[in-house]
Amino acid sequence: MPKTVAENDRFGGVEDNMQIIVVGCGTVGATLTEYLSKEGHNVTVIDSKASRLTHVTNSYDVMGVVGNGASYGVQMEAGIEDADLLIAVTSSDEVNLLCCLFAKKAGNCHTIARVRDPIYSHEVNYIKDELGMALVINPEYAAATAIARLLKFPSAIEVDTFAKGRVELSKFRLESDNVLVGSMLKDIQSILKCDVLICTVERGDEVIIPDGNFQLREKDEISVVASAKNIVKFFKKMGMATQRVKDTLIVGGGSTTYYLAKQLLAMGIDVKIIERDRARCDELCELLPEASIVHGDGTERDVLMEEGIERAQSFVSMTNLDEENVMLSLFAKSVSKAKLVTRVHRMAYDELLDTLDIGSIVYPRLTIAEDIVRYVRAMSNSLGSNVETLHKLNDGRVEALEFWIQEDSPVVGVPLMQLNLKHNLLVACINRQGKIITPRGHDMIQVGDTVIVITTNTGLHDIKDILR
Amino acid sequence: MNYSIIRYILCWVLQVIGALMALPCVTAVIYREKSGWAFAIVMVLCMLLGGIGKRIKPKSQVFYAREGFVTVAFCWILISIVGAIPFTLSGEIPSYVDALFETISGFTTTGASILSEVEPLSHCCLIWRSFTHWVGGMGVLVFLLTVLPATGGYNMHLMRAESPGFSVEKLVPRITESARILYGIYIAMTVVQMVLLLLAGMPVFDTLCLSFGTAGTGGFGILNDSIASYTVLQQGIITVFMILFGINFNVYYLFLVRRPKDALKCEEMRFYLLIIASAILMIAINTREYYATWGTSIHHAAFQVGSIITTTGYSTVDFNLWPQFSKTILVLLMFCGACAGSTGGGMKVSRIVVLFKTIRNELRLSMHPRRVHLVRFEGRPLEKAVVHNIERFFAAYILLFAASFLILSLENLDFASCFTAVSATLNNIGPGLEAVGPMANFGHLSHLSKFVLMFDMLAGRLEVFPMLVLLMPSTWKK
Repeated sequence: MPKTVAENDRFGGVEDNMQIIVVGCGTVGATLTEYLSKEGHNVTVIDSKASRLTHVTNSYDVMGVVGNGASYGVQMEAGIEDADLLIAVTSSDEVNLLCCLFAKKAGNCHTIARVRDPIYSHEVNYIKDELGMALVINPEYAAATAIARLLKFPSAIEVDTFAKGRVELSKFRLESDNVLVGSMLKDIQSILKCDVLICTVERGDEVIIPDGNFQLREKDEISVVASAKNIVKFFKKMGMATQRVKDTLIVGGGSTTYYLAKQLLAMGIDVKIIERDRARCDELCELLPEASIVHGDGTERDVLMEEGIERAQSFVSMTNLDEENVMLSLFAKSVSKAKLVTRVHRMAYDELLDTLDIGSIVYPRLTIAEDIVRYVRAMSNSLGSNVETLHKLNDGRVEALEFWIQEDSPVVGVPLMQLNLKHNLLVACINRQGKIITPRGHDMIQVGDTVIVITTNTGLHDIKDILR
Repeated sequence: MNYSIIRYILCWVLQVIGALMALPCVTAVIYREKSGWAFAIVMVLCMLLGGIGKRIKPKSQVFYAREGFVTVAFCWILISIVGAIPFTLSGEIPSYVDALFETISGFTTTGASILSEVEPLSHCCLIWRSFTHWVGGMGVLVFLLTVLPATGGYNMHLMRAESPGFSVEKLVPRITESARILYGIYIAMTVVQMVLLLLAGMPVFDTLCLSFGTAGTGGFGILNDSIASYTVLQQGIITVFMILFGINFNVYYLFLVRRPKDALKCEEMRFYLLIIASAILMIAINTREYYATWGTSIHHAAFQVGSIITTTGYSTVDFNLWPQFSKTILVLLMFCGACAGSTGGGMKVSRIVVLFKTIRNELRLSMHPRRVHLVRFEGRPLEKAVVHNIERFFAAYILLFAASFLILSLENLDFASCFTAVSATLNNIGPGLEAVGPMANFGHLSHLSKFVLMFDMLAGRLEVFPMLVLLMPSTWKK
């Protein structure tokens, strides 16, 4: 029986809910559990500590099983036989791989493992293929990639890419001297003469998907979608910097720093890392011959000043403590004009951090959760038009999804203005064989396109879901 | 405390209770009884009030354990207050306090009655009395969870606060699905019992009422002498089903998903059956000379033991006339109660087993002070917090019992009557001994005693703490 959209919406797509087992209930596991359970899937969480499970089962509609997730008996108890997907995110890479191996044999389900040791990271593809895993995720690597993207484009607070990098979504804050302050959205085209689309505006606690008569104000955080080329043009016209940074100062030398430094060095950006542990310094020195490694406490004012924080073009705080990172960024803001990136693990206080002016905040957990949720949505929808990319924006309240239109559906071949679209939903961009179209009312979606949709109705699985 | 969401859930409850009154309405139409109007009026009012209240959405979705406790307590008080109105409105139980007592006794599956004569009641009132047992047995909120849109994170707190047992777990990840499975098993077993009773030649109306009463382990009969005038076969069927409904429903779920080995391993069920078997044996021997054959004495022993341990409260004989040893066994069984996760009341077999194990550990500890101990239950070590929770539950239970006993002694009845009146209500059984025995009733007590016993019934059904939370001043502070 075909379900109406309304029903679908209410239960978050119950009709194709899957049995998912999450092994490991740490920070990533808990975030994943939250997202997947809210997507409408049946989630069972395995952890060896009962107290951690109680917390999760109290907050979300999921079942908890106490035990070692790599044990066959425990997996059976969690219902591996009927499971569609097992995600192993314990703190140990080896346990995660073992979990997936057993799950594959016992339940013949898809498996996703977190593998984060840099030693394995070179072998990700080999591991994936040989062990038959659907996805190998590395939160540190993903976070590093996100940060590198930000440093490439310092004016934006957040940059997400679609259509294999051809389309970018950048978020930036309107300062008082910006030409756009006070103008209506429909006039932007004529003011700047460039093809971009403003898709979300965050004002205070509110997230708005604006229409043409929306007036921009100072301190709004706006997200724009356009082809990579047009975005550069757009920022230039507004007089904002579009050049990538030339150097960066990183405090804390963990594995994310390693991945980040590697990517930045490859782009020709100078990297300086301040790390307090001598042994780790030596290690980094060996791994990253081109970077300059400084042995010292990056939280000390003198050390930072001595290493030239005032002159640095970008500053990334990556110590293990969220509080330290926030404090360091605040300090950097006060003494320099550097582009700031702050890594924060805990997501509970995100609205508080938004009120601080500390540049871009990267939540590694969120990055990972996005990847997995995208995979899961694509999996539960193997026939229709798949979700190719998924980014959660504005603290997860808005989703930007990229669909690949593989077959005919009610949205294909109809001018957009004639489609009965849901409220708070925007077709932001159409990518037709490499040509980026910012869609207007008379444009049509065609088979073979990839379409980017921005919406506050989270939980879309198929391009059909954009209709009311 | 998030009062707006509590109000929202209570509006849902109001509608559910209104919908449930359709059954007595239909009965009234069939038997052409005027009392049906009382149910129809209350039903319409419930649907209207609930419907209007539901339209105002809660301001916030915040829901923690304390909201769970308070919602459950309020919910049960609300359904009792509403469920009692038709009895008084139709004039069949003129005093509202009595009607309230009867309804609370129904929903909490106690089965203690204030009526000396049941038979004059109209059919629609009788079936409503029995139907409250059935609804209260598995729980109103658990039922609500099967229909409530799965929004907030409140469902687990609700289920935990309403379901009996110290470790309430879901059967499957989704709570809605879990609740549906539980009700599915419940309905299926009730229907099987109905079919068997019909095959055994029981009239349809009696079958419905008695099956509701058995399934919820309630105990309201529709004849003055409870179950005594039915045939031995019919009594036998009821005996078996009383005992079945006293077993943890997880066991049936395990059978359902084809894991019978795990189901049979259930430690609580084994102890439960062991207790029943030994109690039957002892009583049968003890009451041997009261009956003509071994068969009859075993039959009556089995029925009474099944009835008391599952806290149903039906009776085939006046066990008040039995020898003291048998009566004492029955009183002890009252406290023991059925399995956790069943429809029965009492302290639950699992708690008793854990308490005995902690006592054993304590004894061992005094012999070998350095020995390390764990309490294992169902093949797993229990966390300290769970064991402590059980001990505190036991303490609270005893204190509540003592307080109620003290107030009830103002009645100036004999010791056995007072003691068993509290025991029979706090454990949700129904009949006690002497003045409140199986062939007597609670109608002669003062209003004060009735209110105390009503509180005890609710406290017993909700496992003490949700009701005690209502008495705490901090619950009411803004």
